Amino acid sequence: MQIFGYPLDLDPILLTLEVAAITTVVLLIIGTPIAWALSQMRSRARIFLEALVALPLVLPPTVLGFYLIIALNPNGEIAQLLKYVGYDGQLTFNKMGLIIGSVIYSLPFTVQPIMASFEALPTQIVDAARTMRASFLDRFFTVIVPLARQGFLVGSVLTFAHTVGEFGVVLMVGGNIEGQTRTVSIAIFDHVESFEYAEAHMLSLIMVIFSILVLMFVYALNRKLQIKQA
Amino acid sequence: MFKGNLQLKLGNFALDSGEFQFESAGVTVLFGRSGSGKSTLLRALSGLDRGTRGTLFFGDECWQSGKTALPVEARDIGFVFQTAALLPGKTVQSNLNYATQRVPKNRAQGPSFEEITQRVGITHLLTRPVDNLSGGERQRVAIARALLTRPRVLMMDEPLSALDWRAKTELLALIESVIADYQIPTLYITHAPVEVERLANRVVFMAEGHITSIETLAEATTRIDSPLFTEEGPVSVLHGHLGRVDEDGLIAFESAQSGAFCFWLNTTEPTGTPLMKHKARLRVLARDVALARARIEGISMLNQIAATITRIEADPKTHRQAVFLTLSDGQALIAELSQRSVESLNLAPKQTVFALVKTAALLDH
Repeated sequence: MQIFGYPLDLDPILLTLEVAAITTVVLLIIGTPIAWALSQMRSRARIFLEALVALPLVLPPTVLGFYLIIALNPNGEIAQLLKYVGYDGQLTFNKMGLIIGSVIYSLPFTVQPIMASFEALPTQIVDAARTMRASFLDRFFTVIVPLARQGFLVGSVLTFAHTVGEFGVVLMVGGNIEGQTRTVSIAIFDHVESFEYAEAHMLSLIMVIFSILVLMFVYALNRKLQIKQA
Repeated sequence: MFKGNLQLKLGNFALDSGEFQFESAGVTVLFGRSGSGKSTLLRALSGLDRGTRGTLFFGDECWQSGKTALPVEARDIGFVFQTAALLPGKTVQSNLNYATQRVPKNRAQGPSFEEITQRVGITHLLTRPVDNLSGGERQRVAIARALLTRPRVLMMDEPLSALDWRAKTELLALIESVIADYQIPTLYITHAPVEVERLANRVVFMAEGHITSIETLAEATTRIDSPLFTEEGPVSVLHGHLGRVDEDGLIAFESAQSGAFCFWLNTTEPTGTPLMKHKARLRVLARDVALARARIEGISMLNQIAATITRIEADPKTHRQAVFLTLSDGQALIAELSQRSVESLNLAPKQTVFALVKTAALLDH
């Protein structure tokens, strides 16, 4: 594909958006219960668990990627276990590997904002819902999620954006297979390596514009969702 | 009937109620200074905190036994918090719907939605978002919501504390009449003696996380060291009903037992207003009561009530003498006199005297 006379390879962009979208959905599903459990925890174990969740923030992506390759190798326990329950695909060097790596690497970006908003919940409103006979799941979806919506918004946008911008883990776990695991960031790296500056420019510019748009969207929505205290 | 013994730790604060038992009918006020454990006890009674331990029975229903607790959702309680705790961003109507939609079929009787919203005075607010209501309006919505929960017990944790004085007065009158009309057993927290005198049937006194005593309002106001008494000194609360408003603008406050006593009070009601048989409470400061051995002629004071002296006690705080009187319908009135007056009048128990009441305030009006 050509834009303004410059060559543009769409495959990495589509792959990146797909992986980021799936990762965000998966992380909202598994990150929300983790955030809730942590926010309600009063024991000492919480410090350790919070550190564990935050680990991907400080660990070099290559370290994480290295452990993942080892843990997910086709002859390892995890792959064998999955084979036992019916999944016999590969867990590394394909899209599945990209998603698993991204989910683990972006975990803190989902969990931390949601957890913060759970901790800031006005407890009297949640208590009031209980006295009105709302069961846990009932008040979770009718009271807690609406009150914590800013946390969910920030969490999902950060997760999506962070997954789009990922490099290290993706390279380690996904490899660099054209059309299968070559995401935008890896494609740019490749282009630069082979002195294809025009292509690198094109992709980089798209990333810059995309990032600015995402951040503007978050700030605008955040302002709109501001909760008035009642 | 509430019966039990509850423990609950919240932060640095530890509640250890001790054994307690009290009737649930009417209004039970939890009274104590801030930090005495009133709110913690109410939370323990409501079951809102998972950390609650001990035993609790409501009637013969077990609400708490050790760590096992009946969930709040199954207790049928209506709760009004210090802040209205409404769902932000929603209308008054949908806030109320949240309560009505979750009422089980077997509790769905009682006054209608329309009657309650009208009674609480929020019919004109139903379509408004709750976010821009005034504090008083918001608390009205919270009260309506609690009533619409169809509670077996209403729990109120200082519902007036966040309001300005005008809204406070209006809401106190509302709460009082709603509780009386709908006959819902109520647990009410306050640290304002006036609210106790006005609402309470019985008082649970609390200090340092314990229940120190549970008394009827009459008992609580006939002991000299009552925690209800402030720097104003001892206070008596007389129950009765209002009579007619006379042509000269005075209103009669009479005992339920006819002829036992009749106070004439100033009122702003227009003359001839039919307030007959309207139940009321009269608050009399002991220092506004003087005593005479005989009825006095030629004095401007209108209210001279015959009474019998039950006992005379020295107020340890003021060195003045508190003379406890019984009116002919059995209600108690306290007069505070100086030691010298008591001696010069030769006052002693069982004597009949006349209580001269300078001023008294109607609590319900």
